[in-house]
Amino acid sequence: MELRKSYFADQRKDGLHEIGQPRPRLDSPGHVTGKTAYFADRNFPGMLHLKMVRSPHHHARIRSIDTSEAEKHPGVVKILTAKDVPHNVYTILILIQVGPEDETVLADGKVRWKGEAVVAVLAETERAAQEAAAKVKVDYEVLPAVFDMEEALKPGAPLVNEYHGQNYYLYDSGECRKVRFGDVEAGFAEADHILEQSYQSSPIEHAPTETTGCVVMPEGNDRFTCYTNTQAMFFTLDNTSIILQMPGSKLHFVGGTVGGGFGGKVDVIVEPIAILGAKLTGRPVSFIYSREEEMQISSPRAAEKVVIKDGVMNDGRIVARQVTGYTDAGAYSRHSPYGAQKGAAHYPGPYTIPNVWIDTYCVYTNRTPSSAMRGFGVTIGDFALEVQMDKLARLIGMDPLEFRFINAYRDGDTKAHRQPTEGAALIECMQEASRAANWPVAEKYMAMSSYKKGA
Amino acid sequence: MAKVPVQFTLNGSEKAEFVEGGTTLLHALRDKIGDTSPKGGCHQGTCGACSVIIDGELRLSCLTLAETCGGADIRTTSGLAEAGVLHPLQRAFLDAFATQCGFCTPGMIMAAKVLLDHTPNPSREDVVEALSGNICRCTGYEPIIQAVLTAARANSQNAA
Ligand code: FES
Ligand code: FES
Repeated sequence: MELRKSYFADQRKDGLHEIGQPRPRLDSPGHVTGKTAYFADRNFPGMLHLKMVRSPHHHARIRSIDTSEAEKHPGVVKILTAKDVPHNVYTILILIQVGPEDETVLADGKVRWKGEAVVAVLAETERAAQEAAAKVKVDYEVLPAVFDMEEALKPGAPLVNEYHGQNYYLYDSGECRKVRFGDVEAGFAEADHILEQSYQSSPIEHAPTETTGCVVMPEGNDRFTCYTNTQAMFFTLDNTSIILQMPGSKLHFVGGTVGGGFGGKVDVIVEPIAILGAKLTGRPVSFIYSREEEMQISSPRAAEKVVIKDGVMNDGRIVARQVTGYTDAGAYSRHSPYGAQKGAAHYPGPYTIPNVWIDTYCVYTNRTPSSAMRGFGVTIGDFALEVQMDKLARLIGMDPLEFRFINAYRDGDTKAHRQPTEGAALIECMQEASRAANWPVAEKYMAMSSYKKGA
Repeated sequence: MAKVPVQFTLNGSEKAEFVEGGTTLLHALRDKIGDTSPKGGCHQGTCGACSVIIDGELRLSCLTLAETCGGADIRTTSGLAEAGVLHPLQRAFLDAFATQCGFCTPGMIMAAKVLLDHTPNPSREDVVEALSGNICRCTGYEPIIQAVLTAARANSQNAA
């Protein structure tokens, strides 16, 4: 790849030894010889296998749980229900004060999505655990469920999560994250054209080749080693410590190579219950998602809906943008309040727009809890924004790339969320893209710079 | 459950195990014999991560019963390097950045090995076809295809 040194010449360090050079990954020799150790490559004598009894309903009250038949199944060593979990109600981001705790490790009184963990069965073999899990009897009273975000926000919708009390995350700013900049109504009044469009996405599964899981070994001194493929080691350590009410010094997490994550392995789901199983049985425990669980149970990227209304001038300037974003958290928060908040900051896009109004909602529905995935809170927004940009350019009969030059943010511009722009390089990227894609733009755009004169 | 004796060679060395009826070869290799190079990505024959070579043919070890492997010659990626020298396929996967998380890699290398054993000078289409049963979620496949083509060229130069 050729690096064009003319851009930002005064900021460029020459003599870089690694960047721009092909370098082998340090872990590749292990990969190609089959020697790399993934968590599931640890196998300990006497290891128990954990299987979950999961909710077959999207929303239901649990009247009773009967494990008596399952306990008698040959090979079963221990069966865990909500009452066995020291601190059963948790939320991952409590570590950064994003509460309330709203999710159960094992369902207690209610299930809120199809696939939710209800009872954990530990047995000598995977097969015995599976067979015994099928013998656990859970008596459900099915409740009305809601799957659509706008339906969930209507008065009278079934309440998904009592820990919130309403079907949206309550930010300190109220029912949504808000950005207010300039006067959006004045902007629309002044605009030559207004375009309002709505964009929607489905949940997306990461589908890593290696499924989520962990293997736990009791060290014999009430300390536990947990081999895990988490992507979030310290989230996992600290949340496990809260859930099990054990000091972190008793928990030894060993991570390392993850067989594909893409954000799908940042939730703290398998480790606490597997460590609890190891603690209560004194035996090593393995809890590995089946492929079906990986596809159906692990958090996907959130479904999103983005409604964008733009006011644009015939000369190409966007003068007002109003965005309402909805992030489908599913039944529990996990990382979604944060994802929705990122969207609020992001929706103006890399463009300087004088009048902006943004509302983003993190909505609870009876769908599989969603969480992180590569650029969550931003990626779907970018899809919506850039399709909208093309439509706006078409509306005013302008080249879509030139239209972006006109609106591109530059150093010193104030973004809608009040941060000054620094280190912008959009214009330079578009100049390169114009050359590389052989999509010429007028000379005045090729002469532009992210630095403003005098800035 | 009754156990069945099974004996085969793994990467050239004799192995004998007692396995429960119904045990998969994947399970026997990984959890009994300790060769963890075949990976379990789906346990249902859809991802190819568990691919091994049995008597010269590519097989999914998650769908192969260990008890059917008596007398077989089984090869896995962990046995490919000879005396510490990487096989050309391994070398090419390294050089072409054809492995990221690495979970699909041992299976990919097995599939590629069988291709090159049968078709020393494969076309790009041959490579794509040969790898079509192996899922990679990281690389986008292109570097893997390039690695296999590079290894084939290296092989034929060595042979020439
Ligand atoms: S584990 Fe055998 S094909 Fe996926
Ligand atoms: S390198 Fe990760 S699945 Fe292929």
